[in-house]
Amino acid sequence: MDVLVFMIPIALCLGTAGLCAFLWALRSGQYDDIDGAEYRVLADD
Amino acid sequence: MCCADLATASTQANPAAFARDYSPFVVRMGEDLARVELAVEGIRCATCMQTIEGGIGAMPGVAKARLNFTDRRLAVEWRGDLAVEAILDRLEALGFKGHPFDPKRPDDAETRETKRLIRALAVAGFASMNIMLMAVSVWAGNVSDITPETRDFFHWVQAVIALPAAAYAGRPFYESAIRGLRAGRVNMDFPITLGVVLTLVMSVIETLNSAEHAYFDGAVMLLFFLLIGRVLDQTMRRRTRLLAENISALRSETAAKVFEDGVVRDAPLSAIGPGDRVLVRPGERVAVDGIVEEGSSELDQSLVTGETALAAIKAGGRVYAGALNASGSLTVRVTAAAEGTLLDEVEALMGRALEAKSAALLLADTATRLYVPFVHAAAALTLFGWLLAGAGWHGAILNAVAVLIITCPCALGLAIPAVQVVAAGALFRQGVLLNTGDALERLAQVDTVVFDKTGTLTLPEPSLVGSYDPAVLEQAARLALSSRHPLAAALAAAAGERRDPLAQARETAGLGVAATVDGVEIRLGSPAFCGAESAARAALDRHPEASVIGFRAGDAEPAVFLVRQALREDAAATVGALRGAGYRVLILSGDRAAAVSRAAAALQVAEWEAELSPKDKIARIEALRAAGGKVLMVGDGVNDAPALAAADVSLSPVTAAHVSQAAADGLFMGRRLAPVIAALETGRKARRLMLQNLWFSAAYNLAAIPLAAGGFLTPLIAALAMSGSSVVVTVNSLRARFGLRLAVRVRRAGRDAQAPLLRPRAA
Repeated sequence: MDVLVFMIPIALCLGTAGLCAFLWALRSGQYDDIDGAEYRVLADD
Repeated sequence: MCCADLATASTQANPAAFARDYSPFVVRMGEDLARVELAVEGIRCATCMQTIEGGIGAMPGVAKARLNFTDRRLAVEWRGDLAVEAILDRLEALGFKGHPFDPKRPDDAETRETKRLIRALAVAGFASMNIMLMAVSVWAGNVSDITPETRDFFHWVQAVIALPAAAYAGRPFYESAIRGLRAGRVNMDFPITLGVVLTLVMSVIETLNSAEHAYFDGAVMLLFFLLIGRVLDQTMRRRTRLLAENISALRSETAAKVFEDGVVRDAPLSAIGPGDRVLVRPGERVAVDGIVEEGSSELDQSLVTGETALAAIKAGGRVYAGALNASGSLTVRVTAAAEGTLLDEVEALMGRALEAKSAALLLADTATRLYVPFVHAAAALTLFGWLLAGAGWHGAILNAVAVLIITCPCALGLAIPAVQVVAAGALFRQGVLLNTGDALERLAQVDTVVFDKTGTLTLPEPSLVGSYDPAVLEQAARLALSSRHPLAAALAAAAGERRDPLAQARETAGLGVAATVDGVEIRLGSPAFCGAESAARAALDRHPEASVIGFRAGDAEPAVFLVRQALREDAAATVGALRGAGYRVLILSGDRAAAVSRAAAALQVAEWEAELSPKDKIARIEALRAAGGKVLMVGDGVNDAPALAAADVSLSPVTAAHVSQAAADGLFMGRRLAPVIAALETGRKARRLMLQNLWFSAAYNLAAIPLAAGGFLTPLIAALAMSGSSVVVTVNSLRARFGLRLAVRVRRAGRDAQAPLLRPRAA
């Protein structure tokens, strides 16, 4: 029981970090060009 | 008939292209950073992307060049002085064509809405997964050895996640429900809002009482599933609109504006207002409505009235956007839509037609109308039933809320949008862009198809008919390359391999082109210009609906070429397939009877009418509808717009006039007519799948309500039922991708049989 009090907030923090990362990616326009992204991976700059 | 107006005889060389005024397209982004967006043609692969970005990015001053492969748009930002022309030239040198985009187009609201929905979806997804993690632990614990303290702790953690997440992610539904209530309607978002809010309130109260069950997971999962439907729907609409915008940019909606100082520059239409003067050169489309100030010419009004014969115009005459200027330069003063003009009439008719149409009742409305009272009555019955049975307030309310939770329209909310998204995607691959998702349902009910002739059954531009001496044809075609006349363009298209224009060709506006080859003068143009009047008369007697171009080489016998708007290559196959599938097919045209009767005969359409005004067309369509028919109107002209709006559902080719595109429910691309069949078939299939989904949802509710009302519902059952029904509905919707049998057959038949079906019987 005691360990849950630590583990659950830690798990939630990690999840929130993931959510924030997604929202950041959305805001910075990384989902604006889904079709182009698959080609950009292969491009060597 | 062709180039007959000799009054326009003023010698004028081919005017060079004007410098374009690109400043309205450029957005200043701060001190000296400027940005322009271009719609780019010709992008096919990943290499194109690198070529463009590398090529443009290497230009001096360019800070950023980024190509959006999905939208086919290139954004360029630069510092200092860089002409947009230079970017376009560089792009052209790389092998692509760019068209500047008007940044003033209002797409911000929609982009914002899409982003808002995706954010809500992300929050709901995150919350539902984390809550489910706790919920599963509680369910497992309830049947084993969980202590009440641990369970309460888990429920409170769920509440801490669920309450803010639901408050944020559910906003699109709450707002829509409130908007609906204000307008005096109960829409599908109302039961959703009620279900979510009641579930959360009940779960909090249960948690306060240390109860075994809480339904936080159900409430948030419901929002997650419903948001998937909303996001899909929004994405589809956004994509359709972006591509439609690209098409209009590719048609480069500009006009040559005559500035105060006499300089002429191409300017985007949005920068041209009433009172401005615009120059329309031969071979150009008139981009504005206005009155001719100077010059005289002949206009091809087929996009405006459906009439294929050229009409003479001189100073003081009225011109409409969409008309093609054939022979002389015109200076047009732009007017706003004035009283008593054609456009005015068209707009008034359209307004009336649209009002009459809004009464149509769609499946979603019907479902909501039946669903909401049914579910709420079931919940009320459960409440009073348990009270009468002496269960006490707590138990009665608990079971009534359970009914609302389990019947929350998860599957119902996905039933229609999921099919719409999949079907619209399938149609997009067939070359049809739908403006609205509900057009599918209206397409499904169609039993009568009405075609316009000019530009719809026929190709929008004229083409050469008959067979000619190849040597003469080649020479004439090369000469035609030097002319801007639309009829000459048809001849030039027949030029074949030799695409280099003859040197020293001189164009005489209103008459034709002449050049000297090996000491022999060759002429192409009006029959009078070439001394071919008698041959032209003979040809016109045989083909009264065609136009004639004369040709003469030196003193040899003059030749004439017949040009007319040919039927689309699969028009006969499409109309035949429609008739075979049991549709009633009609042609309603504004063109002359001779031209319409010939097309009707070639397509074996018995019911046709010619020389109809916009008012006549609307009257015919309303008569068809009054007789119980469900009418699909396919048309492109300004004169078709009211009819498009009046019909139950309508389609336009992508070459159509603006008003028509706006009035139509969908656009189809390309030179074929088969997309019309694909649209009808997809509509039928989509409606069938929607009905299946709705019946499935209804059956699910009927099975679930007794369970909930009887007090047997647990959070585990609710979660399984909700996600299970959503998955079934979604998978069923995916079937809308398949089964376009008739459209595929026509496409194939059109390919094999196009020659015998459509080879004109001329000359």
